[in-house]
Amino acid sequence: MTTAALKTHGLNKNFGGLKVTQDVKFELPVGARHALIGPNGAGKTTFINLLTGLLSADSGTIELDGRPITDLPAHQRVKRGLARTFQINTLFPDLTPLEAVTLAACERHGTSRQWFPALANRKELIEEAYALLAELGIGDQAHRLTRHLAYGHQRVLEIALALATRPHVLLLDEPAAGVPAHESGILYEVISALPKEIAVLFIEHDMDLVFRFASHITVLVSGRVLREGPPAEIAEDPEVRAVYLGTAAHG
Amino acid sequence: MTAETQAANAAAVADFRARARWQWYEPIFWLGAIAWYFLFPTYLPLGTQVLCSALFALSLDLILGYGGIVSLGHTTFFGIGAYTAGLLAKYGWGEPITCLLAGGVTAAIAGWICSFVIVRVQGVALLLVTLGINLVLYEIANKAYTITGGADGLQGIVFWKVFGVFDYDIEGRVAYIYTLAVVFLLFLVARRIVYSPFGLALKGMRENWKRMPALGAALRHHGALIFVLSAAIAGLAGALLAESVQFVALDSLGVQRSVDVLTMLIVGGTGVLYGSFVGATVYMVVRDQLADLNPAYWYFWIGLMLVVVVLFTRNGVVGALSDAAAWFQRRGRAQS
Repeated sequence: MTTAALKTHGLNKNFGGLKVTQDVKFELPVGARHALIGPNGAGKTTFINLLTGLLSADSGTIELDGRPITDLPAHQRVKRGLARTFQINTLFPDLTPLEAVTLAACERHGTSRQWFPALANRKELIEEAYALLAELGIGDQAHRLTRHLAYGHQRVLEIALALATRPHVLLLDEPAAGVPAHESGILYEVISALPKEIAVLFIEHDMDLVFRFASHITVLVSGRVLREGPPAEIAEDPEVRAVYLGTAAHG
Repeated sequence: MTAETQAANAAAVADFRARARWQWYEPIFWLGAIAWYFLFPTYLPLGTQVLCSALFALSLDLILGYGGIVSLGHTTFFGIGAYTAGLLAKYGWGEPITCLLAGGVTAAIAGWICSFVIVRVQGVALLLVTLGINLVLYEIANKAYTITGGADGLQGIVFWKVFGVFDYDIEGRVAYIYTLAVVFLLFLVARRIVYSPFGLALKGMRENWKRMPALGAALRHHGALIFVLSAAIAGLAGALLAESVQFVALDSLGVQRSVDVLTMLIVGGTGVLYGSFVGATVYMVVRDQLADLNPAYWYFWIGLMLVVVVLFTRNGVVGALSDAAAWFQRRGRAQS
């Protein structure tokens, strides 16, 4: 049996009396395209925050490549290859995309604590940053200030920052949030073009996108895993339809 | 690799190089500091104090303007540097260069100790913690008057000749040149920090510290490192002032001075290196002139200046100047 890229066991988190994550057992195989769906308040973002270390779990374990990361701080999980994007843009407004991605490359490379050598001499890191932006189709935006970027470009930059850490597990929290419907497809083209070695878990509300891009779906309701399985199965599941998809279910 | 990507890569690297390059106004600024020596021979002591304050403000700019770490007690390190140099001189070792370095080192050590607390708090809590540390140290220096001279200040200190040759003169010529040379060297160091990989990480912390851990950044390590570097420069500034005035006043540890240096930096502009120099010059010269007019109420005008600058400029005097330059450039382009 191959080890899962990411695995949780009996994960629990309470906010006071509110159980936001209940006994979640979850497995993300290497190279997966996995969607996490569920109604508002189901605890999807909380689950991502637990995985990345923004929140610490009350109980349960998290494993990355078969090694426990439950007690590691957020930045060390990134160093182990676990990256994420944010539902609400969490960017550097007064840096250019090139600077921001170079910063991420420096952090990955361990050069970010060098305070005397000139940054301009780290050619390989700067070129790597530019290449990544170009690959994601925002190379022509590289030298503008992030706050002047169109919203859709900012969403792509969110992904670029995560990729610059060279993850093998990528967690995308509603990557197309706020992007007009006709543009969200472009974002998912970027995502589906990611290297196969990267396991991707994404939260998405648009069912068309979920069924188009996910090979596996987990349905979260009230902090619990309600169902998990391949898209066809999930689409036909009466309980999922009742609780989440409603009457106007995807056909 | 295609020619196109090669060109784009070169442009990307050139972008970072261009930021770090010396701008046309920078030599003017330093030539101005040299010109001061010849133009205002009777104002050399004021010039020396402006330089020390500017260096102090620069140290605050590194944590505030670049790292986004606010402090209401930065004079803690300025005072530690000043007292270190002063005490060494008082008790028998008055060699200026070593006293200066000792001031920087003790301040750096103090900064390192404080950093354990500093990196754990943000925002208002950080303001209060830095203020608290400042107050504690002030009262320790006040109480330990047998060593520090308490409220009377540290008197009877004599620094030896600079390099064993140049004696501190009454007009303050040697002090001015010595201070200018040290400040310039430390400015070069600050410039290196700002345009280094760590400098970029600092800007990242300022722009969005919440995102930094998601890039794999150890925020506390970054915070501690810049705090130590900043404390060292603040300590060097304090030691420089002690050497040039041959005296250490208790108010070099006073919260008032922490507020003054913050005011200078805000008036000048944060995160632009020269903001601290412009701010210190404006602040000290205005204060000097106002104190001549009315010694009692000059903070009225300082307060007014602070309010006006914060309300009507984007980023202090330097921000206003660069906005004006950009406006003229646009207008010139529109007309041509």
